[in-house]
Amino acid sequence: MAKVLLYNIIRFGALLIMQVFLFKNIGYYNLATPFPYVLFLLLLPVGIPNFILYCLAFMTGVTVDAFYDTLGVHAAACVALAWSRIVFVRITIQTDHYENYMTPLWGTVPFQWYFLYVLVLTLFHHVILFSLEAFTFHQFHYTLIRILLSCIFTVIIILLFSLLFYRKKQR
Amino acid sequence: MKNLWLILTKYNAFFLFIIFFGLAFYLAVQNNTFQRASVVNSSNHLVGAAYEKINAWKSYFHLSEENALLAEENAALREQLQHYTMPDTVVQGVVNDTVRDVQYQYIVAKVTNNSIHQQNNYITLDKGRRHGIEKGMGVISSSGIVGIVLHVSEHFATVQSLLHSETRISAALEDSQAFGSLVWGDSYDARFGTLKDIPNHVKVRNGELVYTSGFSLFPPGILAGKVIESGITGGDSFLDIKIELSTQFHNLQQVYVVKDVLAKEKATLESQNEDNG
Repeated sequence: MAKVLLYNIIRFGALLIMQVFLFKNIGYYNLATPFPYVLFLLLLPVGIPNFILYCLAFMTGVTVDAFYDTLGVHAAACVALAWSRIVFVRITIQTDHYENYMTPLWGTVPFQWYFLYVLVLTLFHHVILFSLEAFTFHQFHYTLIRILLSCIFTVIIILLFSLLFYRKKQR
Repeated sequence: MKNLWLILTKYNAFFLFIIFFGLAFYLAVQNNTFQRASVVNSSNHLVGAAYEKINAWKSYFHLSEENALLAEENAALREQLQHYTMPDTVVQGVVNDTVRDVQYQYIVAKVTNNSIHQQNNYITLDKGRRHGIEKGMGVISSSGIVGIVLHVSEHFATVQSLLHSETRISAALEDSQAFGSLVWGDSYDARFGTLKDIPNHVKVRNGELVYTSGFSLFPPGILAGKVIESGITGGDSFLDIKIELSTQFHNLQQVYVVKDVLAKEKATLESQNEDNG
């Protein structure tokens, strides 16, 4: 329990620092910009209470917003991600099947589930994020392309991270 | 109450999502200028569209009043128009030449009759004595010299056109300022005139402009025409210069009668010269 808390705190700090100092400067012609900080929200324990999840998501979003000068935009996207995560987990996992404090990381969960989990939640986050950022339907195809390319970028980086910390656990 | 609480706890994920998302959205709109501007603009757009629709409906109810107003206005305008179509009440336009201390006043007149194909041509104007026109006044148009007032009646005036064998107007060349008499001469073509009495030694170039000299009835500096042929000698010490007249006599519509306020004074003064000698 304490270990899980500690890991999450370290993960939060490391991912946010990387996001605002490294990934903020990476992009492909303003079309694909990665936001791998969502990995922190993805890797929160499966059985986390909804309210705490929302609070953490909101706080994470506001912190990123503070660095991006877009107060509320990332917060809204993260809250949307939290909701989609709750729905996704409720549909795909019987909670009693896994421990409550389990981190849904590749290795503890099967790769297919993990990949779908990351893809769907990231897509949800990016849709809300870029829609709110554009805040207009003018040149909507441009926003759409940004969403898709950024989503691919983010998912690749998240998978690389996961690969880095991949540890086969005995089940 | 219990059921409500049950629903809230069962679907707490969704309600919490609504609350948190609403908060984040509110923050986004409040704190980011672009989003705020967009929201305000869209609401303004909606409000504006609504008002426009309502006004379009409301205007139908005021159609009869509107019609009455328009009819009234039409009547008033028609009444005013009457004044303008009656020839006797034409407003007299006087242009004061302040540069020359109001020596010249201009009376606007319309050409009612015109001829250019006779040997002696006359023009009739729709202004007469009651508008201040007197015998001997100069007449000009916007393009050049027209003639001299010959006879005046109460409402009309006849003008001895420049295209008249007796008309002589004092005119000067632009470059040398040498002055002579502008006459129609023997060209009998409404486009051309002759500048006589220019001394032989004056150099004249083709295309040189000819202005009124100011010695006769006309104010100085009014364009009369331009030189097209300068080499004609009359067999004596004076040149005959062929001038292309600037006035378009064939479509003369509106002219200005020049009233020289100081003409009488000048004439009186000059008559003393003859008395003396």
